[in-house]
Amino acid sequence: MKETPLSNCERLFLLRAIEEKKRLDGRQTYDYRNIRISFGTDYGCCMVELGKTRVLGQVSCELVSPKLNRATEGILFFNLELSQMAAPAFEPGRQSDLLVKLNRLLERCLRNSKCIDTESLCVVAGEKVWQIRVDLHLLNHDGNIIDAASIAAIVALCHFRRPDVSVQGDEITLYTPEERDPVPLSIHHMPICVSFAFFQQGTYLLVDPNEREERVMDGLLVIAMNKHREICTIQSSGGIMLLKDQVLRCSKIAGVKVAEITELILKALENEQKVRKEGGKFGFAESIANQRITAFKMEKAPIDTSDVEEKAEEIIAEAEPPSEVVSTPVLWTPGTAQIGEGVENSWGDLEDSEKEDDEGGGDEAIILDSIKMDTGVEVSDIGSQDAPIILSDSEEEEMIILEPDKNPKKIRTQTTSAKQEKAPSKKPVKRRKKKRAAN
Amino acid sequence: MAGLELLSDQGYRVDGRRAGELRKIQARMGVFAQADGSAYIEQGNTKALAVVYGPHEIRGSRARALPDRALVNCQYSSATFSTGERKRRPHGDRKSCEMGLQLRQTFEAAILTQLHPRSQIDIYVQVLQADGGTYAACVNAATLAVLDAGIPMRDFVCACSAGFVDGTALADLSHVEEAAGGPQLALALLPASGQIALLEMDARLHEDHLERVLEAAAQAARDVHTLLDRVVRQHVREASILLGD
Repeated sequence: MKETPLSNCERLFLLRAIEEKKRLDGRQTYDYRNIRISFGTDYGCCMVELGKTRVLGQVSCELVSPKLNRATEGILFFNLELSQMAAPAFEPGRQSDLLVKLNRLLERCLRNSKCIDTESLCVVAGEKVWQIRVDLHLLNHDGNIIDAASIAAIVALCHFRRPDVSVQGDEITLYTPEERDPVPLSIHHMPICVSFAFFQQGTYLLVDPNEREERVMDGLLVIAMNKHREICTIQSSGGIMLLKDQVLRCSKIAGVKVAEITELILKALENEQKVRKEGGKFGFAESIANQRITAFKMEKAPIDTSDVEEKAEEIIAEAEPPSEVVSTPVLWTPGTAQIGEGVENSWGDLEDSEKEDDEGGGDEAIILDSIKMDTGVEVSDIGSQDAPIILSDSEEEEMIILEPDKNPKKIRTQTTSAKQEKAPSKKPVKRRKKKRAAN
Repeated sequence: MAGLELLSDQGYRVDGRRAGELRKIQARMGVFAQADGSAYIEQGNTKALAVVYGPHEIRGSRARALPDRALVNCQYSSATFSTGERKRRPHGDRKSCEMGLQLRQTFEAAILTQLHPRSQIDIYVQVLQADGGTYAACVNAATLAVLDAGIPMRDFVCACSAGFVDGTALADLSHVEEAAGGPQLALALLPASGQIALLEMDARLHEDHLERVLEAAAQAARDVHTLLDRVVRQHVREASILLGD
């Protein structure tokens, strides 16, 4: 699907709100959205939620031959995919620009900054090294993909454990997790990306833009830092013109933010370690809250059903048998009868009450002043005088009242001639219920 | 590379330059007669060629046309013989795509696209020899080519790379200095206003040193601007002599 263009009024609304220093979700300019990190059952699987933006990360490893020019180093491979479920605009053929940009930024942030010690991934120099592969999938796009992806990548790498390996001469023994505990990767530092969105020709910036803010921004600046305040990557994009002091200011803000996020990550990893060690339950299923409406899980309340049978028998014995109802048919005329409940209809009641509200509704009220018979059939009493009768505003030109033994009388609307007196009779009168015009 | 010091005690770099010195820049405009604009630049051993076509009608899908601006389309390609080892894929790989995107971003900001709505400007850059600072050479060559094509721009776009070794900021890195793994910064600048069109940095650099490296890169870009300005004026003078003005 092509991306729905943003309407002008929405764009103007967002820009005006930003001019007044207000964000749609009520955050301050330097506030991040809530970050939630949850882990899967496998080592190296994690999911990061930055507000509503969700990224799933998975790390896997394999023994391969090294690259020719780097015989003693392991291989790192990063891949970010924009899943089609993340946004309607993400289709297999359409994503290339954004995908290239995000992938290259992630690669530069994680690979060039040497956060992972690749020398430690070497098993036999020149023959066998570990290839570590980090796969990231964007599950929901609500802005700021790069921050969420970088957090997911680094958390997954910290969480991952590779199988232990030992080398004896020419033999390489790979131990399964049951034989020997898997070994964590050696990570020097944790680079985290912080995004700044620029507005008003670069004079105003916001941290962690959400999807709407991203659509109206002038440009984006991404700074990746670690908690030691070392800048790992800077990338400006979107055609904004920056000034040197803006960049320096952003780097200071990024330092503060990265420190907070790193603390959060370390705490999450620690919690996860603790849960696993104590033998508690871990995995994605445990991190889904049960009280949420999407969880579809209700607490089962125990009910004692041992004496249900006795109770049921008692109730049946005490109950009286249902009464026989014999209905007598009511005969209106030869060929017309009514049987069952609801013989008397209460339309007359309704129109009585309507008549009270609408005094000036013309002669329709007079007509509808039903003379209730036992039958309760509404009968029109078209006045015995020669009063002009205006029946209704309905579009019907003619109203035909059928009587079984007389010729059908035609009554015209808006006519002034007298109408015949219609004796109240038991005869059914076919008559269309006139719709009152809305008053 | 152990034992290779990028900055000696006397302050000389591997190729004998000082910390803030640029490599020798030679440039020519109008190298191709067929294209609307073309330029060739040599920065030390890095050689880049840029060709500009446009503004012309949008090729391909009309739907891409922007109603109020021109579309800028950039493609980057580095020859298979440009690096020490022969490259297998000259274009289409992720790095080339990214370079193309960055060039487009740089020039979309600098070219006055409002003057040519519903049209397209193509910029093709080819690197013949990559000896460090390829992005900077591409941007400089493309600037000259756009000027040769007569497309109005806000200002020159001058780019330069910078690094940081032993507490000193180095300007205009060569391949040896880049491969050593230290921090590298690439900066594209509009010299008159000092505005940064593109900023890109790799590898770890402590925040406190950022300002110095930025300043070194900005100064180097301004020096490049002086040289490019001279080249353009020289070219215009030659062209006007030929036309007999």
